[in-house]
Amino acid sequence: MILSLSDVSRRFPNGTQALSGLGFAIAEGSFVSLLGPSGCGKSTALRLIAGLLEPDGGTIRWNGAKPELGFVFQEPTLMPWATALANVRLPLELKNLPRAEADARAQAALARVGLDGFAQAYPRELSGGMKMRVSIARALAAQPKVLLMDEPFAALDEPARAALNDDLLRLWREDGMTVIFVTHSVAESAYLSRRVLVMTPRPGRIAADIALPEGPRDRLSPQFLESQRVIADAMHRPASPARAERAGGGGVSERASAKETEGE
Amino acid sequence: MNRIANIALPLLVAALLLGFWEWKVAHDAIPVYVLPAPSAIARALGENFSTLMESLGTTLLVTLLAFLSASIAALLLAILFSESRAAERIFYPYAVMLQVTPVVAIAPFILLWMGYDRVTAAETLIAAIVAFFPVLSNATLGLRSADFNLIDLMRLYGASRWQILWRVRLPTALPYLLSGMKTAGGLALIGSVVAEFVAGSGAATGLAWRIIEATNRLEIATAFAALALLVTIGLLIFYALSAVEYLLLRRWHESAITRVL
Repeated sequence: MILSLSDVSRRFPNGTQALSGLGFAIAEGSFVSLLGPSGCGKSTALRLIAGLLEPDGGTIRWNGAKPELGFVFQEPTLMPWATALANVRLPLELKNLPRAEADARAQAALARVGLDGFAQAYPRELSGGMKMRVSIARALAAQPKVLLMDEPFAALDEPARAALNDDLLRLWREDGMTVIFVTHSVAESAYLSRRVLVMTPRPGRIAADIALPEGPRDRLSPQFLESQRVIADAMHRPASPARAERAGGGGVSERASAKETEGE
Repeated sequence: MNRIANIALPLLVAALLLGFWEWKVAHDAIPVYVLPAPSAIARALGENFSTLMESLGTTLLVTLLAFLSASIAALLLAILFSESRAAERIFYPYAVMLQVTPVVAIAPFILLWMGYDRVTAAETLIAAIVAFFPVLSNATLGLRSADFNLIDLMRLYGASRWQILWRVRLPTALPYLLSGMKTAGGLALIGSVVAEFVAGSGAATGLAWRIIEATNRLEIATAFAALALLVTIGLLIFYALSAVEYLLLRRWHESAITRVL
């Protein structure tokens, strides 16, 4: 386990209990989604993990020293006055890397997210999806062991979102980093992650801990639909102590027809 | 084509207005001590050229010194405000007081305290007081407008306060700061004119004093020539700052980008 939270609590600035009794552990190299409706405190949990907030109670423990973290926000959060390259270079400059090396690594990170020719473009010249790619490249440039993502694709259109989902999975497989992915989309959590932590609001805590099958995803397979059904059930069930479950346990090999999946 | 029109059209309007002015003065036989014709003003400018240029230098120096010192001081205070809410709560009311107190009312005291032997310094201070506030309020707003997530990201990568200020807050504030400085440039000129009016005979040597002096002698054309030079200074400051703004913002800020549809 690279990270474990136990009995973590935190209030919102307005005094409402955002999180209470939040506890889970994350295995190194895993891709875990933190899923819940808006206002359930999942972003707060991510900020606590990042160290941007301090918990009111409970502990957040890393296995060993705090690892190199990457953070991707819902908005691209780029510096509009800087080129894509300079934006990606930012974490490297803050680590006092020599300029030439920082440039080379930033270039490489841009290439990995498919933005080879856009190093000198300013954010306003890029589309929403491309801006998000720059944001991901910036997080990757610092070679994080743990990548924290706060609904990064929520504001994107469907094609851009699907493309970024696939690219993110590819980058995760290549780098072997741990990804904690906050989302409110059942389908997205089922597609991306190998484990889904379902959170319930007021106060935020884990309602279900769902393991999903390994292996590549097929959006049209009955197994994928089954995963989504299990997750959605857990999300809408009245709050109760966390339950562990396993979705689509068997290797369902039959392909569902496109017609059947339209019901989702 | 568009560029030529942008320059040519205002000049054409100026030429038409001056032509009408010239014709009207001649046609109605308006006496020169009431309203001099443009040609008479140009003649007065030529006749008093060296005196007027000397005065222009004085006024320009006071205006620029006041503008720069006000901008720097206001930016530093805005940085203090953005770093410390307590400092803002304590000092902001005084900044507002400085802004709402009519400068004409306090100018005599400043001259008295600074002494008539340091009249340029006193005039600069008066003009700087007038120019100070728009830079302060705009820069404070700009420094506070920085993206919270970007600041969090900087913190995540271990950036210091100074790095956050330099890399995020100041660039965010730049468009606001420049907009405040454009207002301040005009106000610094007004402030230096007021200062000269108050400093008065014997002490002031700038264009504003030339206007008073010439008016007292009923050399109205000379007064108008000095006025024209004052306007020229104002225009130059404004357009110089607009050019700086364009150069700094053209690549990234919406305000400086011409939309092509």
